[in-house]
Amino acid sequence: MTLRLVVAALVAFMTLPTVVVIAVSFNPTAILSFPPAGFSLRWYANVLGYPQFQRAALNSLVVTAAAVAVALPIGTLAALALERGRLRGRNLWAALLLSPLVVPGVAAGLGFLILAAALGLLRSRSVLIAAHVALVLPFVVRSVWVSVRNLDPALERAAASLGATPWRVFRRVTLPLLRPGLFAGLLFAIVVSVNEFVVSLFISNRVTEILPVAMFTYVVNYTDPSIAALSTLFIGATFLVVWLADRYLGLGRVFLQH
Amino acid sequence: MAKAVVELRGCTRDYGGVRAVDALDLGVHEGEFLSLLGPSGCGKTTTLNLIAGFVEPTAGCILVDGEDVTGRPAHLRGLGVVFQSYALFPHLSVFENVAFGLRERRVPGGEVARRVGDALELVRLDRRGGQRPSELSGGMQQRVALARALVYRPRVVLLDEPLAALDKKLREEMRSELREIQRSVGITTVFVTHDQTEALGLSDRIAVMSRGRIEQLGAPREIYDHPATRFVADFIGASTVLRGRAVAVDQLAVAGDASLRVASCRALRVGEEVELAIRPERVRLAPGPGDNVLDARIEGLVYQGAQTEVTARLGDGQRVLVFVTEPAPVPLAPGQTVHLHFPAAAFMLLA
Repeated sequence: MTLRLVVAALVAFMTLPTVVVIAVSFNPTAILSFPPAGFSLRWYANVLGYPQFQRAALNSLVVTAAAVAVALPIGTLAALALERGRLRGRNLWAALLLSPLVVPGVAAGLGFLILAAALGLLRSRSVLIAAHVALVLPFVVRSVWVSVRNLDPALERAAASLGATPWRVFRRVTLPLLRPGLFAGLLFAIVVSVNEFVVSLFISNRVTEILPVAMFTYVVNYTDPSIAALSTLFIGATFLVVWLADRYLGLGRVFLQH
Repeated sequence: MAKAVVELRGCTRDYGGVRAVDALDLGVHEGEFLSLLGPSGCGKTTTLNLIAGFVEPTAGCILVDGEDVTGRPAHLRGLGVVFQSYALFPHLSVFENVAFGLRERRVPGGEVARRVGDALELVRLDRRGGQRPSELSGGMQQRVALARALVYRPRVVLLDEPLAALDKKLREEMRSELREIQRSVGITTVFVTHDQTEALGLSDRIAVMSRGRIEQLGAPREIYDHPATRFVADFIGASTVLRGRAVAVDQLAVAGDASLRVASCRALRVGEEVELAIRPERVRLAPGPGDNVLDARIEGLVYQGAQTEVTARLGDGQRVLVFVTEPAPVPLAPGQTVHLHFPAAAFMLLA
């Protein structure tokens, strides 16, 4: 009974801010007050019609898609190399590949800013994409690595003995068996990239900024529930992605393996 | 002499300073079932991997049908391999697992269906093609692995402890089935095992391996009846090794003044120290003293139903293992003195 109460309290504590934001997003008045005074969708209309948000959403889409497209293959190869390769200092390589997880966002952001300025790339979206690749890579490497570890090398030997060239072995055996890890990595990468804020704040401008940065800028200037409406859309979209992944790709299995 | 399908010439393989296979020479004959038998770490699996092309020899060469295949990658050797863990592809159906080798050889679809059907029928799994390997029992998975390795008619099939993962009852069933399939297909087979019963029951010839070398190569009966070395005598079947000094060309002094007559293939030199092995089932209980009979004190008894394993000690302290067929002619008890008859022809002279 006590245990159940503790769990209930924890769940409430974790979800309450989200609930508040969702409730406030339907507030008909222009103040961020809780509980809401009524029900209205005007802030949703405002958000969807706001040009800077439209541009930022498009930026987010491009940056995330590009970053994931680059990070997934690179991360997969890195995971294979870490597990299989005759690598000197394997632990050091692994630590370096996973290091963005422990570097504070502000430090990473500052670093990217200085680098981008030195290279004269501050106006370009490519810096943003490069930074996102670095930030999502640890998640891809981690997820795929788990799948590589679970892969019995005898399967690849078997395929080779049956006449498959190394490339065919990779295509027909290795890659299909890494799928759970690849999907988990893909999902993590998308969620991390879409929600990335601190580093992106340093290296984007009004033209290249992604959605979280645009939201921050908006909040600094205005205090109407638009931002709550956008957050609610954001939460909904993320939730949908995770739910779909779990439903159709069996995300749960990735973590329950072993 | 039959033609060698697979030949290893002076093959050596080192793993970071450890010599797994040591200057090995071996020829596998057309259509034969050859076992590589030995304890773990004797180099039998490395030998198999050398033939399969999974590892390359540090020195020496490997020939298939007289052609040097050293350095040729596994996928170009065209051999069939069955793994201890079966290594079935979990993401493919049973049908596609078996079809894998044919698809890699770009065999047309209709022929793939026909040949996979035949192969699955051979291993009595023709109705399981649509299932996933994980839905089958261990014995069935084993048969799928066998079908997968046979379907493209390789020159040689290599079996790496294929029965080790099965429980005892199933293992015995699979053993006879494996032999039947191998006979009906007539394929040259190299079989790796640490289980002497499997090797004795299945093989045309056995290569007993120890420390990267072949200790003895021969037919099962030859290996069992005439072990060439103490290692082989110990490893294959149970045996008692007696040490003694030759007092005549066919007389050996053991246990003090007692002497045994020995009918071995070569004459003994007087005064030479030799080791003789004898199988525990060849030693008999004698009613009393006589020719080739020694007295021994029973130390231990293990009743096994059909027989009792008796450990006894001779006057000079050498231990003897005796299998007494039940029911025993006299009641046996620890501490009791028995008369043991050692038939002269049952002794095996060790090198």
